[in-house]
Amino acid sequence: MTGRPTRVQLLVTCLVDQFSPRVAEAAVAILEREGLDVHVPLAQTCCGQPAFNGGFTDEARAMARHTIDVFSANPAPIVVPSGSCADMIVNHYPELFGGNDPYAERAWAMAARTFELCQFLTDVLGVRATGGATTDTLAYHPSCHGLRGLALRDQPRRLLEGVLGARVVELADDEACCGFGGLFSVKMPGLSGDMLRAKLDAIADSGAGTVVATDVSCLIHISGGLRRRHSHVRARHIAEVLVERSIE
Amino acid sequence: MSSEIATYRHAAAAFHRKVEDALADRRLQDALASTTARLTGSRSAAFAAVPHPERLRDTARAIRARTIARLDHYLARFADEAANAGCHVHWAETAADATGIVTRIAIDCGIRSAVKSKSMVSEEIGLNPALEAAGVRVVETDLGEYVVQIADDRPSHIITPIVHWRRDDVARLFTRTLGACKEEVADVPAMTAFARRRLRAEFLQAGMGISGVNFAVAETGTICLVTNEGNGRLTTTAPRVHVALLGLERIVPSVADLESCLQVLARSATGQALSVYTTLLTGPRRRPGDSRGAESDGPDELHVVIIDNGRTRLLGSDLAEILYCIRCGACLNVCPVYRRIGGHAYGSVYPGPMGSIVTPGLMGLVGSAELAQASSLCGACRDACPVRIDLPGLLLTARHQAAQSRLGPRWVRVGVRVYAWLATRPRLFRLAGRASRRLAVLVARDGWIRRLPGPLRAWTEARDFPAPAAVSFLDAYRRRTRSPGRTSS
Repeated sequence: MTGRPTRVQLLVTCLVDQFSPRVAEAAVAILEREGLDVHVPLAQTCCGQPAFNGGFTDEARAMARHTIDVFSANPAPIVVPSGSCADMIVNHYPELFGGNDPYAERAWAMAARTFELCQFLTDVLGVRATGGATTDTLAYHPSCHGLRGLALRDQPRRLLEGVLGARVVELADDEACCGFGGLFSVKMPGLSGDMLRAKLDAIADSGAGTVVATDVSCLIHISGGLRRRHSHVRARHIAEVLVERSIE
Repeated sequence: MSSEIATYRHAAAAFHRKVEDALADRRLQDALASTTARLTGSRSAAFAAVPHPERLRDTARAIRARTIARLDHYLARFADEAANAGCHVHWAETAADATGIVTRIAIDCGIRSAVKSKSMVSEEIGLNPALEAAGVRVVETDLGEYVVQIADDRPSHIITPIVHWRRDDVARLFTRTLGACKEEVADVPAMTAFARRRLRAEFLQAGMGISGVNFAVAETGTICLVTNEGNGRLTTTAPRVHVALLGLERIVPSVADLESCLQVLARSATGQALSVYTTLLTGPRRRPGDSRGAESDGPDELHVVIIDNGRTRLLGSDLAEILYCIRCGACLNVCPVYRRIGGHAYGSVYPGPMGSIVTPGLMGLVGSAELAQASSLCGACRDACPVRIDLPGLLLTARHQAAQSRLGPRWVRVGVRVYAWLATRPRLFRLAGRASRRLAVLVARDGWIRRLPGPLRAWTEARDFPAPAAVSFLDAYRRRTRSPGRTSS
C-alpha cells in the first residue's frame, strides 16, 4: 500500500453482525472520523473460521471463496473488528488454496490488504487517539489469535491510553486464553468454563470497571461468565470504548 | 455404526470422563498449577538471559527440519558410525519388536536385574512389563520414575513425571512402602538422599543399564543423554551391558548441531542453561589393545535399539512436523488445557499439545482423535516450542483428519455443513439470521438466555448466553443506504 488510504472496506464479521451491531457502528464512526470512505459489502457472511477450526476444510474453503469474491470487487484495504477473523484471512486463507487453485493468488492478495481494526488504526493510519473519553477503569484482555497470529500486542493498549480520562490496569496472566475457542466452548465445557473462571478472577482482582477486547467471540464468553457471577464489570469491544464519550 | 466409530466414541467418552475427574481433583489442580508456573517462569528467564534467543530457536528448528527431511540418510550414517564405535545396532519396527530385542539381550547376557534411567520411549513400548515377564527385575532410577514405579502409577509429564504428586504424598509413600523413618522424609533433600541410598545398591548389582537417547549424532555414532540426578551416568557406565533406546527421529547430523539443540533443550525443559549432566557416549568401553587407547570404565556391551513404532508412518504424513519435537515439555507447561487436566487424562505417555499429535500419529487416529479437540487453539504452545513446531496447525490437521473420517459428533458435522451452505448464499444467510434472532429473542430475558437447547446446553452450564440483536448490522445498514421505500432484499 502506498500512502494513506482514502477508502476502506469493513468486514463486519458474523458475530458482530448478529450480536453486537454497535461494534460495527463504532468501527464505521472511528474510520469516518479519520476521513475515510467506508464501504460495507452487503453480500458478506462469515469468513469460515468456525468450519476451519473444526477441521471442516472443504466447508471453510467454500466460505473463504465467497468472502474473497465479495471483497475482491473493490481494491480498498479490508478492516476487521476482530483479531481472530483477521488472523483467519491473513494466515489461513493462503493455506486453504493450493498453487493451482484459481483462488490461491486472490487469497494471498486479500491477506495482504486485510487488517484488524486497531492494527489498521495504529500501524497504517498512525492514529494515537480516537476521540473517546471515559472515567472508567479499563483492563485489556488480549485475544489469542490477534496476539499470537497478528502480533497485536501494543496497538490496542496504546489506543486505550489515548482515551481521555481512562485509567488502564493490567490483568494478571493477561495472555492466558479466556477459554472460548469456538466449538471448544461447547465440546469441552468443563475445561472452557475453568479457563473462564481464571480469567474472571483476574478481571475481578484488577479492579477494572470494564474489560476490553478486540473480539466479540471472547467477549460473548466473558460477558456471559460475568453475568452468571452477577458481576458489575462490563465486557466491551474496543471499538465501542474508542468511540464513546462517556464521562459519567 | 462401524467398529471404528464405536472405538472412537468409546475412547472419546473415556477422555471426557477423565477430563472431568481431573478438573474436580483439587490436589491435582494445586500441584499442576505450581509446577507448570515454576517451569514456565524458569524457561522465560533462561531465554531472556541469552543475547539472541530467537536466533537459537531458528537454528534449532533449521537443524531439526534438515534432519527430518533426510532422516534415512542421517539414520544410516548414525547406525554405521555407532557400529564402527563398537555398538550393537538393532532396528525395531514395532513396540513388540523393541521389547523382544531388549528381552533377548537380557536373556543372552544372563541378566536378572536392570536399572533404568528416565526414558519416555521405554514407557511408550511398555518395556518394564515385558522384561519382568521374562524374569528380569527393572528398577527405575530417576527419582520421579522411582516414585511412579513404587506407587504403581504412571508418569504424567515427559520431563517431571510426578508433577501430579506433592511432596507430602511422596513422604507418605516412602514411609508406607519403603519403611522410611520420619527424618528420612522430613524434606525434599532428605527424601532424595533416602532414595539415593537405596538406589546405590541397585546400580552396583544390576547387570544391565537401560537408557533413552536425547540426541544421537550421525557423524560420530555418539549418543547424548541429558539428566539432572546423576542416575543416567551410573546407569550407562556401572552395569556390564548398556541398552540405549532411540526413537528414530532423535538424530542430529553433527556435533555442532548437537550443541545448538542442547542450547534450547534444557532452557525449554527446566530453565537451565545446561542440565547438570550431559553425557556423550561413543561405543562401549574400549578394551586394552584398542588403537585409540583403552578405557577404564563403561559397559562391555552397548546396544542401541532404533525404534520406529509408527514414526516412519508419521514421516510421510501431514503431521510430519511433529518429528522435529525434542521432548522438552515446554508446550505442556504453557498449555491451559494440560495445566488443568495433567498428563493422565490424555491416556498416553505423551500428553499436552505435542502428545495430542504424537499419540494419534503413533497409535492411530481412531482411539485418540478426541485429544486434538481439547484445545482452544490459543497458540501458547507454538510460542513456547524451541523448534517452532506449528502445534495449533498440526492440531487443525488432526481435526481435519478426524472430520474426514467422521470421527466426531454428528450435530457438529451437520451444523457446519448447513452453516457453510447458508454462508455461501447471502440472502438465505440473512433470512436464517433473522429467523434465529427472532427465536432467540423469544426465549431471552433482559437480553440474556440462561439455558440453551440441545448440544448448546453445554454453553449455558458455565455462562449465560447473550440474546442476539433485534436488527443485525447489515440489515440496518442496508435499510439506511438503500433508497427510501425499498425494503431490504
